[in-house]
Amino acid sequence: MGNILVFAETQKGRVPKSSLIAIQAGKDAASKLGGDVLVAVLGSDTAVAAREAAGYGAAKVLAVNDAALENYLADAYAATLEQLVQTNEVTLVVAAATAVGKDLLPRLAARLGVGMASEVVSFHDDGTLQRPMYAGNTMATVTLADTIKVVSVRSTAFDAAQPGEQSAVEQASVSLDADVTKMQFVEFNETKSDRPNLTEASIVVSGGRGLKSGENFTTYLEPLVNELNAAMGASRAAVDAGFVPNDLQVGQTGKVVAPELYIAVGISGAIQHLAGMKDSKVIVAVNKDPDAPIFNVADYGLVADLFKAVPELTEAVKKAKE
Amino acid sequence: MKVLVTVKRVPDPETTIRVKSDGSGIETDNIKYVINPFDEIALEEALRIKEKLGSGEVVLVSIGDSVVTEQLRTGLAMGADRAILVGCDQDLDSLAVARILAKIVEDESPQLVLMGKQAIDDDANQAGQMLAALLGWPQATFASEVVLSDDQQAVQVTREVDGGLETIGFALPGIITSDLRLNEPRYASLPGIMKARKKEIKEVAAADLGADMSPRLTINSLEPPTQKEAGKKVETVEELIGLLHDEAKVI
Ligand SMILES: Cc1cc2nc3c(=O)[nH]c(=O)nc-3n(C[C@H](O)[C@H](O)[C@H](O)COP(=O)(O)OP(=O)(O)OC[C@H]3O[C@@H](n4cnc5c(N)ncnc54)[C@H](O)[C@@H]3O)c2cc1C
Ligand SMILES: Cc1cc2nc3c(=O)[nH]c(=O)nc-3n(C[C@H](O)[C@H](O)[C@H](O)COP(=O)(O)OP(=O)(O)OC[C@H]3O[C@@H](n4cnc5c(N)ncnc54)[C@H](O)[C@@H]3O)c2cc1C
Repeated sequence: MGNILVFAETQKGRVPKSSLIAIQAGKDAASKLGGDVLVAVLGSDTAVAAREAAGYGAAKVLAVNDAALENYLADAYAATLEQLVQTNEVTLVVAAATAVGKDLLPRLAARLGVGMASEVVSFHDDGTLQRPMYAGNTMATVTLADTIKVVSVRSTAFDAAQPGEQSAVEQASVSLDADVTKMQFVEFNETKSDRPNLTEASIVVSGGRGLKSGENFTTYLEPLVNELNAAMGASRAAVDAGFVPNDLQVGQTGKVVAPELYIAVGISGAIQHLAGMKDSKVIVAVNKDPDAPIFNVADYGLVADLFKAVPELTEAVKKAKE
Repeated sequence: MKVLVTVKRVPDPETTIRVKSDGSGIETDNIKYVINPFDEIALEEALRIKEKLGSGEVVLVSIGDSVVTEQLRTGLAMGADRAILVGCDQDLDSLAVARILAKIVEDESPQLVLMGKQAIDDDANQAGQMLAALLGWPQATFASEVVLSDDQQAVQVTREVDGGLETIGFALPGIITSDLRLNEPRYASLPGIMKARKKEIKEVAAADLGADMSPRLTINSLEPPTQKEAGKKVETVEELIGLLHDEAKVI
């Protein structure tokens, strides 16, 4: 077994929690398959992020600084990682299955001419991997045939790496052609929110079509979200109707979450929605239809009109905290 | 402008998928198949581009055995001009799919390839990015808006990413994969269905394309996910809070 290269993202110069989860997945793989964990940090100025990434007990952090890497762009980042793979005896590449990881890793795999497994939830010591398929209706055990394996990991399946021994930071030299990217970054419109990040929060409150409007999200759901210091999520139907921004969608084709507590309000529980939340520790459903499929996965189901129940719940939470 | 749209045949998202008792695959009896919903969105975008420009060609390509003709006919009925069926009865992983598509792209030289961000059966989310790498083309995955430049030589694409929307641009040719909010696909009209019967579906054999199709990813077995026990129904908010506090200990 060669080395394990974990790709760490940077957000505003810092390493996000999803990348700490990827580091932990890399360590898990190392404990089963052997090899050293190397962490790659790419950017135009990675000094802070590389030092941060070095705090989690990896064998080494490989920092690459290049003006062409200022903003994440798939082609330049894939070309850079390919060189790191080839110069560091890497046989396994791991990154979190975030928007960046999903965009980047298949491109890297194809450059290397190797197969890839997406959204892996566990590594086994016989080299096989587990990943969900069919909206979580099945769990597949898969094998990657190539010597170099590329794997994205589902962030709900691993813990974040704990601070550990300080790793050395090495300035890796890669040579990027002037035309390494054919893409231009134009802008990033951040969804402003003071709430915890949807994929990182320990409590998520999601609303569905049952809320009927964006105003009702504000009037009914937000007070509960705020009282619980939770993240807000939504079903696809609520997002499609324009009640809330796109990146709040939980599900097969949105975000996968597994908080301590997930509260589904006015959500029927379609299989595509369940695929994104059914691994939550405790699931609460509020729905007026006693036959709604969401009740099949809920630990606690409240059959009620949400417009009456949610304000009561908010009050009760407030009282419980006192 | 020529746009190539990829079409994968997948089980209808409304179908309940069950794993065979021996774990070798899924029960395929009584499954209805459809065009991968993301590919429908990709096709809709291609049709809108053509309609806006008032000229151009939309070409479909699907890899699979002869049954995928059904999905190609549906795509032609929606308005695509012609289709290519790459015959292949072996299971392909995303890299093999991308390698076959790369051959088709070399042959067809489209300015734009529109694909789905993920196939909803295996949720790989890989083929588009892999094809872009093989061709050395730029890529814009998870597209929620596509704006073609006036001279038709470049695009700006808004992408659904974590925490917001990102816009990137590139000169064509390039690859775009669709996200859910890119558009709302049209239904095939009756005249569309009639016209589709006469449109060309060219068949080529995957084996004749010279692409390396050796599997890199093998699926050893499938298992149903662990089932959760049914939970408790509660009558009142009070009862719920009590349980969350005392039993689940999450509040
Ligand atoms: C390709 C594809 C991908 C998809 N991906 C996703 C995905 O990632 N995530 C996702 O969520 N969905 C996804 N879907 C959509 C999914 O199939 C469902 O359509 C969607 O989840 C339904 O959203 P909903 O539960 O909010 O709406 P509905 O199914 O309409 O349910 C609304 C619920 O609210 C309840 N309700 C109404 N009024 C009240 C009230 N006053 N009080 C209490 N309850 C009330 C109703 O009883 C009902 O159960 C996808 C679909 C496809 C085809
Ligand atoms: C039950 C089951 C068992 C399987 N077993 C194996 C196995 O043992 N070995 C193996 O190698 N593979 C196997 N496969 C196939 C494999 O899992 C997937 O097909 C593979 O991961 C390819 O992913 P993808 O390219 O479809 O996905 P994605 O990358 O998610 O697809 C993205 C887009 O690529 C395009 N696309 C994908 N496929 C096609 C196509 N055929 N024609 C046209 N466009 C396409 C579409 O536009 C699609 O929206 C199996 C599949 C199933 C369902």
